[in-house]
Amino acid sequence: MVPASTKGAGVSDPIIRIQQLEKSFGPLRVLDGLSFDVQPGEKLALIGPSGSGKTTILRMLMTLETISGGRIEVCGEPLYHMQRGGREVPADEAHLHHMRRHIGMVFQHFNLFPHKSVLDNITLAPMLTKGEPRAKAEAHAMELLDMVGLAEKARAMPSQLSGGQKQRVAIARALALKPRIMLFDEVTSALDPELVEEVLLVMKRLAAETDMTMLLVTHEMGFAHEFADRVLFFDKGRIIEQGPPEQIFTHPTHERTQTFLRKIIAAGHRV
Amino acid sequence: MTDWSGYLTLILQGALVTAQLTVMGCALALVAAFVAGLGRLAPFAPLRWLATVYIEFFRGTSIFVQLFWVYFVLPFAGITLSPLMAGVLALGLNVGAYGAEVVRGAILSVPKDQYEATIALNLTRLQRMRHVILPQAVPLMLPTFGNNAIELLKATAVVSLISLSDMTFQAQVVRAQTGNTLVPFLAILILYFAMASLISYAVRLLERRMTRGLDGVR
Ligand SMILES: Nc1ncnc2c1ncn2[C@@H]1O[C@H](COP(=O)(O)OP(=O)(O)O)[C@@H](O)[C@H]1O
Ligand SMILES: [Mg+2]
Repeated sequence: MVPASTKGAGVSDPIIRIQQLEKSFGPLRVLDGLSFDVQPGEKLALIGPSGSGKTTILRMLMTLETISGGRIEVCGEPLYHMQRGGREVPADEAHLHHMRRHIGMVFQHFNLFPHKSVLDNITLAPMLTKGEPRAKAEAHAMELLDMVGLAEKARAMPSQLSGGQKQRVAIARALALKPRIMLFDEVTSALDPELVEEVLLVMKRLAAETDMTMLLVTHEMGFAHEFADRVLFFDKGRIIEQGPPEQIFTHPTHERTQTFLRKIIAAGHRV
Repeated sequence: MTDWSGYLTLILQGALVTAQLTVMGCALALVAAFVAGLGRLAPFAPLRWLATVYIEFFRGTSIFVQLFWVYFVLPFAGITLSPLMAGVLALGLNVGAYGAEVVRGAILSVPKDQYEATIALNLTRLQRMRHVILPQAVPLMLPTFGNNAIELLKATAVVSLISLSDMTFQAQVVRAQTGNTLVPFLAILILYFAMASLISYAVRLLERRMTRGLDGVR
């Protein structure tokens, strides 16, 4: 039951295909045979109680974790496997490097490079991984900074920025590599409440203006409602319920989804 | 009255040897520290073992024994070194083994977040180190490196055992020839202290330069 993407015409091959994915941390089994597809251009919100495995899924897509079993395909190619001598073998660093160019990630704690200016944070990867000349990388970086409303901060150091500004720089930095897929892991939950809105605004604009595929883990239900084409509700590493936001947020069918949403509202998050 | 100018010249010649040993020894120690420190963190197990063996071996045996091996035993393997080169090699490798742990510790103390950001930005392993991890780790290494350099300076006196005329060696020559103990030993006391102060000062200067713009981060 995958709804057609808002942008794509009809059915196309999924850009992400997760099949029977397993992940254990020592004895702790976090994912146990998880499967779902994501269509090109789709905006997906992953919601669910803390510890349900949402971050782990994004981190596995970004190759920050290893997989314990199953399979992930990105842009038609296996992420953690590769062909060698006619057989499929575990991916090596070169294959991971080849695949990572499709994917970008924005972290909860920004992870800006403290020793580099805002501009250098953004130009570093395009210059190193794509060999872009500095002038071109900087011109593109300035466009991105303009888009996130921080052009005047290009020469600032990260330590001189507010949390909201840092996160907007981090978004620009991830976009600079022009990935086809962007992953956002609770990108506003480390921010003071009054700084959340400026980051969400940037993301809304991004969602509206690009055909990038986006996966968003969030506790901002109001934002998820507005942003997503499809919402996946996770509990204990499983998809309990999924569907368009109107359905999940207004008529959740599963009891666990209802309980979760009630708790979130009680905790003061807008729906 | 003794004519001191000739004797002081002798001690200053020794000071030059000590300075040479210190500068070249530190250069070698720095290289050895980075090679072994990065080796300890390499993704390939044999490299890690090799680095560990080097570090443990040189930290676990005395500088005297290492110097004797380099100067008296290596020639049996067909490698004959000048006393200066033998001194530099022993001092550099010895202090480098301590430095390697400093390099490793500093690299590991860069937050994991930073490392993950470099993966998300698809940098290669080398690019990660060179552009993100080391620029943040090196300022953390500097204070300990400064101490190590001073340790190396103080250890240079062992080379008199292989007949190299460093500062300490010359002071003893002067003492034997003049019968005066106070003047030569006071001279080298002041010279060692001056050299150590110079190292401290240089390291502090470097530290200030490298952490500029990083304030409010740590
Ligand atoms: N590196 C790790 N080592 C051990 N356990 C982990 C690690 N990362 C996550 N976990 C565990 O995996 C489960 C899922 O975590 P996570 O994916 O962060 O959940 P969510 O993002 O939905 O809150 C949690 O129980 C968490 O404690
Ligand atoms: Mg999480």
